[in-house]
Amino acid sequence: MSGILVVMEQRGGRIARISWEALAAAQRLGDSANITAVVVGAQTEVFAAEVAARAPGKVLRVEHALLLPYTPDGYIAALQQLIQREEPAYVVFPHTYQVRDYAPALAARFGQVLISDVTAISEVPLFARQLMQGRLSGAYRKLGSGICFVSVQAGAFAAESASSVTAGVDLFTPTMDAAQIRTRPGEPYRAAAQTVDLGSAQMIVSVGRGIKSQENISIIQELATTLGAEVAASRPICDAGWLPMERQVGSSGQTVAPKLYIAAGISGAIQHLVGMKGSQCIVAINKDPDAPIFEVADYGIVGDLMEIVPALTEAVKAAKQ
Amino acid sequence: MKIIVAIKQVPDREVPVRINAAGKWIEEADLQFAMNEPDAHALEEAQLLKDKHGGEVVVLSAGPERVATTIREALAKGADRAIHIECDDLAHRDALGMAQLLAAAIRLENPDLVLTGLQSEDLGMGQTGVIVAELLGLPCATLILHVDKNESGIEVKRELEEGWFQNIQLPLPAVLTIQSGGNKLRYATLMGIKRAKTKELRRLAATDLGVASAPVVSLEQILLPQKQKSTQMITGTPREAAATLVERLKTEVHVI
Ligand SMILES: Cc1cc2nc3c(=O)[nH]c(=O)nc-3n(C[C@H](O)[C@H](O)[C@H](O)COP(=O)(O)OP(=O)(O)OC[C@H]3O[C@@H](n4cnc5c(N)ncnc54)[C@H](O)[C@@H]3O)c2cc1C
Repeated sequence: MSGILVVMEQRGGRIARISWEALAAAQRLGDSANITAVVVGAQTEVFAAEVAARAPGKVLRVEHALLLPYTPDGYIAALQQLIQREEPAYVVFPHTYQVRDYAPALAARFGQVLISDVTAISEVPLFARQLMQGRLSGAYRKLGSGICFVSVQAGAFAAESASSVTAGVDLFTPTMDAAQIRTRPGEPYRAAAQTVDLGSAQMIVSVGRGIKSQENISIIQELATTLGAEVAASRPICDAGWLPMERQVGSSGQTVAPKLYIAAGISGAIQHLVGMKGSQCIVAINKDPDAPIFEVADYGIVGDLMEIVPALTEAVKAAKQ
Repeated sequence: MKIIVAIKQVPDREVPVRINAAGKWIEEADLQFAMNEPDAHALEEAQLLKDKHGGEVVVLSAGPERVATTIREALAKGADRAIHIECDDLAHRDALGMAQLLAAAIRLENPDLVLTGLQSEDLGMGQTGVIVAELLGLPCATLILHVDKNESGIEVKRELEEGWFQNIQLPLPAVLTIQSGGNKLRYATLMGIKRAKTKELRRLAATDLGVASAPVVSLEQILLPQKQKSTQMITGTPREAAATLVERLKTEVHVI
């Protein structure tokens, strides 16, 4: 029991970046030679080749017609069989929506708990993950014997570039039956046509729940207009209908990387951060000095946004004269 | 349709948290508590289904005595009755241990549908509903924004990443984890608050549920998060701070 399985995921026809990061995390848990990158699907040859060019150890294709489209029942059944055969020490996943959907049940099938959304791995090993929406960090340890299931957060581990040797590829065919799959997924769709492209904005003023009411959004709009910036928001603002959903930044919204991102009254939950961490300059305005948004900010102002945002608008006007 | 909604009481997000002396959990004496936000949306979705199709909404929550206030809140919003699994050792149970408790209580009720929030605002594991489904042998779907009942079961709207969605058909009984924002939360009315006091609140002792498994993961230590960037904190009155920031944006960031 020294093997490490890493379940790779593809998105839009390519292995997603977060899967390479999961592979990098796995290398903190053991020897590269013991790492097996797993690709799952109905036709996995192309993905297996993509992985083989970069994976440090071996590649395993878990292939069955019933594994397309993704269903939790299908993935759990297939991976359970694979894990039983391989008896690994660790199973590592990228923390995607799909992994959230099945990995906790897969771990439970082995009497284990997925240590989810891990941000760092230190000796023992201890697994760090966020608590209280990023306000605290917890160090988790696996107890007793048995397989350790871990999922890693996007952006937490640096994906390694190409490996020099091409990994060997094996095929595993699980035994599956259509009756095992109880859910019927439909085709993915997008809500409405996007009319704003925040992705190419140079400056963004983004507002969160700290704004308190819809009327107050006007102070954000004024600052944005004065700067020549786009207005964006955290999820609760769009959920409430105070701004349209197409202005939402984060894992379930848009990913942006402007020169300047001003976050006003946004706490800095990971699902928001993944959408804006790549901004060149981040300014955080928050009344709570311990808000996680300050961890990624270049400039921070602690205080009431209802006072600071209008003052900022005035200061920008003055500077532009 | 009989719907069970599993609800967690969590520290109120507006109240600052402090790490306790042992470094293993937060100082509970400082805290105020509230209903976990995604769970509130799960309760709302259950009530919308009941409004449309009839049936019963049963609230289920595990935790110490204080949890009763959150249960009362759910009853005041219109849930029909409640089950409180009394246990004082939440911090020592892992996600599997917690799910085992909930699953044992749910089994006694034989519901058509089990709803819960997709994750808690404190531990944020996002696993309880998925494990409960596994333990009960029921189909499951996560990150659900909307539920429609139809002839062969339910059709749900699932959120995918980056603004995509997907509809999924499931047979009943089933377990769903609900994402925030799919519905608008109702407020408790005065009448509702009054009636909540007369509604059935059944207490089950965790020890009576016959679940005794040792934890397989443990939270060893709680720390403050590490900074990823060195932040220049700008102080002064709002006017002074604004002027300083604009100066930096001009001379250091070159965006104005
Ligand atoms: C699967 C999933 C996907 C998600 N996708 C997204 C996503 O795409 N985008 C997203 O943003 N979120 C997303 N979320 C939600 C995310 O977890 C957080 O709940 C959300 O980002 C919080 O928004 P917020 O910071 O505006 O609100 P809160 O967390 O409530 O923070 C409000 C902040 O305002 C501050 N504040 C209050 N009053 C004032 C004042 N007067 N002046 C200054 N500051 C003040 C407070 O100190 C606090 O820090 C997702 C969650 C899940 C589980």
